[in-house]
Amino acid sequence: MMLVAGIDIGSLTAKALILEDSKIRAYAIIPTGVDSEGTSKKVMNSALERAELSLEDLEYVVSTGYGRVIVPFANKNITEISCHAKGAVFLFPSVRTILDMGGQDCKAIRCDASGKVQNFAMNDKCAAGTGRFFEIIAETMELPLEELGGLSLEAMSAAKISSACVVFAKSEVLALLRKGVDKKNILAGINEAVALRVFALLNRVGIEKDFAITGGIAKNVGVVRKVEEKVGLKALIAEEPQIVGALGAALFAKEALEQV
Amino acid sequence: MIAHYGYADGSGEYYLIVDTDRCDGCGRCVEVCPNDILELAPDDYGKTVVRVKDEFVNSIGYICPACKRRDERCESVCEHAALSYTW
Ligand code: SF4
Ligand code: SF4
Repeated sequence: MMLVAGIDIGSLTAKALILEDSKIRAYAIIPTGVDSEGTSKKVMNSALERAELSLEDLEYVVSTGYGRVIVPFANKNITEISCHAKGAVFLFPSVRTILDMGGQDCKAIRCDASGKVQNFAMNDKCAAGTGRFFEIIAETMELPLEELGGLSLEAMSAAKISSACVVFAKSEVLALLRKGVDKKNILAGINEAVALRVFALLNRVGIEKDFAITGGIAKNVGVVRKVEEKVGLKALIAEEPQIVGALGAALFAKEALEQV
Repeated sequence: MIAHYGYADGSGEYYLIVDTDRCDGCGRCVEVCPNDILELAPDDYGKTVVRVKDEFVNSIGYICPACKRRDERCESVCEHAALSYTW
């Protein structure tokens, strides 16, 4: 039996996942604290507890995410781009294009059948389509974050939002609210603007089927539908889309062991 | 692998694009860059290739386009046509 782990320290959440041979044994997701090193220990311990294991049982650990270099117990670190591709192809072997919508950035990735990256583009300058972006929209509209997706699907028509830049989008939302525009229609407009922006990112790398969306925003059904409309493909989404990067990291750990 | 370093914002798309299959890691582009924003490093699959340093990825739109006027710049000195850009 081979026990390895992947740990993904993102800007908003940290994830750890333990792989037993080729099966997911346990995982954990916690908010990233100010102390990234402490966060990495906490999330790993929480996954270990669920698996009824201790750190010594793990033969190899690969870290990923923006905080990947600060994980003290990692044997190796790998970029989240390669990890998302690897994880997505493991879950859905037919996937060749991946859109990762994370806490602070969006990435478009094209890969081959083995999950090796062929082309990638990311945008972490612009918050459009990220967790941070939707937190601000939820706050501005005084709505619970998890309800944004469902509500937007009930829209009669999408309000016109001209910019996916969070600063401009926020003021446009406020102006529309003052005019009394239905919140559902505003949300649909926001999703439309975000979908256009990520579609441009996807076109940079070229879209090939099948298509998957990973990261926390994959749980927002309103955004997913709009992106699917633009791409013209149904999006494959993992049961827990936030752990795809950690899963990929664990798969790299497994590979590293098998190479020795 | 085609790696896009940069971003798109309201004013346009700013990507420096590296074809890591063509790049042989010779380092000529790194030496010629007047702003020292490039480095050689192993990618996730173990091949040493050029990349944009993390701290410059979000500002290349302000740094790189000015190089168009120079005869010697990263993309013009590369003998393998491994570099291109979107400006
Ligand atoms: S000059 Fe060309 S081949 Fe040499 S490191 Fe730069 S991109 Fe690679
Ligand atoms: S365009 Fe100029 S500043 Fe930008 S990486 Fe190339 S040589 Fe350096």
